[in-house]
Amino acid sequence: MTRFTGMLSLAALAATLLAGSALADTADKKIALSNNYAGNSWRQAMLRSWDKVTKPAVQAGIVAAADPFTTAENQVTEQAAQIQNLVLQGYNAIVLNAASPDALNGAVKEACDAGVIVVSFDGIVTEPCAWRIAVDFKTMGKDEITYLKDKLPNGGNVLEIRGLAGVFVDDEISKGIHEGATENPQFKIVGSVHGDWDQAKAQAAVAGILPSLPDDIVAVVTQGGDGYGAAQAFKAAGRKMPIIVMGNRQDELAWWKEQKDANGYETYSASIAPGVSTLAFWVAQQILDGKEVPKDLVVPFLRIDQAGLEKALETTEKGGVANVEYTAEDAQKVVDAAKK
Amino acid sequence: MTGSALSPRLLRSLLPALSLAALLIAIFWLQPRAMSYVGFNLMLNLAIPIALATIAQMCVITVNDLDLSIGTYVGFVACVGATLLSGGVGALPLVKDLQASGTLPTDLPWLLTTPLAGILVLALGIVVYALLGALIYWRDLPSIVVTLGMSFVWLGLSVVILPVPGGAAPGWIRSLMTLKPPFIPFPIIAAAVIAIFAHILIMRTSYGAVLRGAGGNPRAIERAGWSLLKVKVAMFALAGFFGMLAGLSLVGLTTSGDANIALRYTLLSIAGVILGGGEFVGGRISPVGAVIGAATLTLAGSFLSFLRIPPDWQIGAQGAILIIVLALRALIDHAEKRR
Repeated sequence: MTRFTGMLSLAALAATLLAGSALADTADKKIALSNNYAGNSWRQAMLRSWDKVTKPAVQAGIVAAADPFTTAENQVTEQAAQIQNLVLQGYNAIVLNAASPDALNGAVKEACDAGVIVVSFDGIVTEPCAWRIAVDFKTMGKDEITYLKDKLPNGGNVLEIRGLAGVFVDDEISKGIHEGATENPQFKIVGSVHGDWDQAKAQAAVAGILPSLPDDIVAVVTQGGDGYGAAQAFKAAGRKMPIIVMGNRQDELAWWKEQKDANGYETYSASIAPGVSTLAFWVAQQILDGKEVPKDLVVPFLRIDQAGLEKALETTEKGGVANVEYTAEDAQKVVDAAKK
Repeated sequence: MTGSALSPRLLRSLLPALSLAALLIAIFWLQPRAMSYVGFNLMLNLAIPIALATIAQMCVITVNDLDLSIGTYVGFVACVGATLLSGGVGALPLVKDLQASGTLPTDLPWLLTTPLAGILVLALGIVVYALLGALIYWRDLPSIVVTLGMSFVWLGLSVVILPVPGGAAPGWIRSLMTLKPPFIPFPIIAAAVIAIFAHILIMRTSYGAVLRGAGGNPRAIERAGWSLLKVKVAMFALAGFFGMLAGLSLVGLTTSGDANIALRYTLLSIAGVILGGGEFVGGRISPVGAVIGAATLTLAGSFLSFLRIPPDWQIGAQGAILIIVLALRALIDHAEKRR
């Protein structure tokens, strides 16, 4: 199946080749991926996606090289040195998942001054000369309430599961959820727990708060990596299963499928695909190609709805995260959206 | 000792420079592009803070101690440099939050915006280092334990100052670190200045001889009427001073602070001292060697990445370079003994 998607992206690539839209003078350009950390499944998937998309691109002669570099320790100074070495090695563009939003600015500025294009994604940098492919986590949170509004017009009590306390991402998603709840007062957030984006922790946290909550919880809003744990906690407490928003993890999708087959359970799932690294690759390629690209771009979420569940589950490996690789056309769409 | 050109003693003092030269030749062979003004700038500018941290570590090693807190201390200085030193108390994220919530007025009095606050805190940092030296001498505590404990204190303080990465380096540090002097790249000039300054301070002054002697033979120094307490305090204060310079130069390069910015410096600085010909005991040190050692370690990183060694192996390879140099030194020592 992965081979099949690989073929698909190749075909898409060939299509763009024929259309001649994104390809011109980048055949002799070299792009490097500077990555600060590879220690979890999301980052591993990110690196695999990079290989899967860039290898055919190099073979097809779209770019001369697209080499990934990961620092051994998640350290700012190490990554700064890495960026400087990449500049010396003559890379024309550096795609960057940064260890720190601010502390790499010096190295990034030096790269820019040397004429190197820097495109940061996921872990973005604030240096103005770099491009940023950011994630709108706030919208991701708000979307959850928007979905519930359609599903449950009468509203009701909602339980919120948050991520790791003190982390920027947790703050943003939660802000979005609360903003949604203020705009739709029929939903009342009756409890908030920290599940640390981990199924086991989420299960324990939800099990702990459930006895103190009213019986009519209609929905659980989550941040990803915690939906399955929440479901287990509700099951163990013998409560009616609410709508739990999922976060694209394989165990969550598998549980959802099981419930869907058993009783027609409906929900949706959204998260950022690790394949966003490939989006950054295409954006870098387009900039090298001389395209006008705004400095701030927004990553589309990978959203799985009731209809797409089976397919998503099939392509997601056990213990992994649903993923998608982007094509040059997708990158074009993101760029066009940012221009508006 | 004969006067022949290849006497072990000469060889040993030349070893750091020779390893650096060998590494440079290998780098230029792999990546001719590096042999340029820009190349030297890029490869060596991060060596400046490492060299300063190495000198700081060398001061502590001179008196037979070891500083395991230098990395977090450098990070602490970087955080202070990016906040207090550029905009005074008003630049602290905590104060900014209070301003945003309306608890504090938008226009702060002079007292809260003066960079003097930063200078004061940095001076306090050096005082703390001096006190540590005194404490270690008075209570005869193992420095490893004391400084390991302090490393958590510095890290905690950095997080208090800068809970999330950010801040901005003061303009004058930024412009100093990005100087582009004609012909000779700034990192090379800076390294030479650091090496010569430290060399004169520790190797050429009379009190410097006492400082080194306190590491080699403390009892002799004590009998000669020198205060060992003063020696420890002086060396730790010097370490604090050079550590501060390391932090400031680092924040000048990165433009903003991060509590975790320099955690690696603890080990890098120890490795730099040893690579540069210093030894853990006996006041046997070499400031020039330490700077060369720091440069060698930095270049080793570039060399390995030019070689395209997978990153998982790079740390191991860096260790291997260290072991090779040390093995060479052991060989030379062996030859010396046989004479």
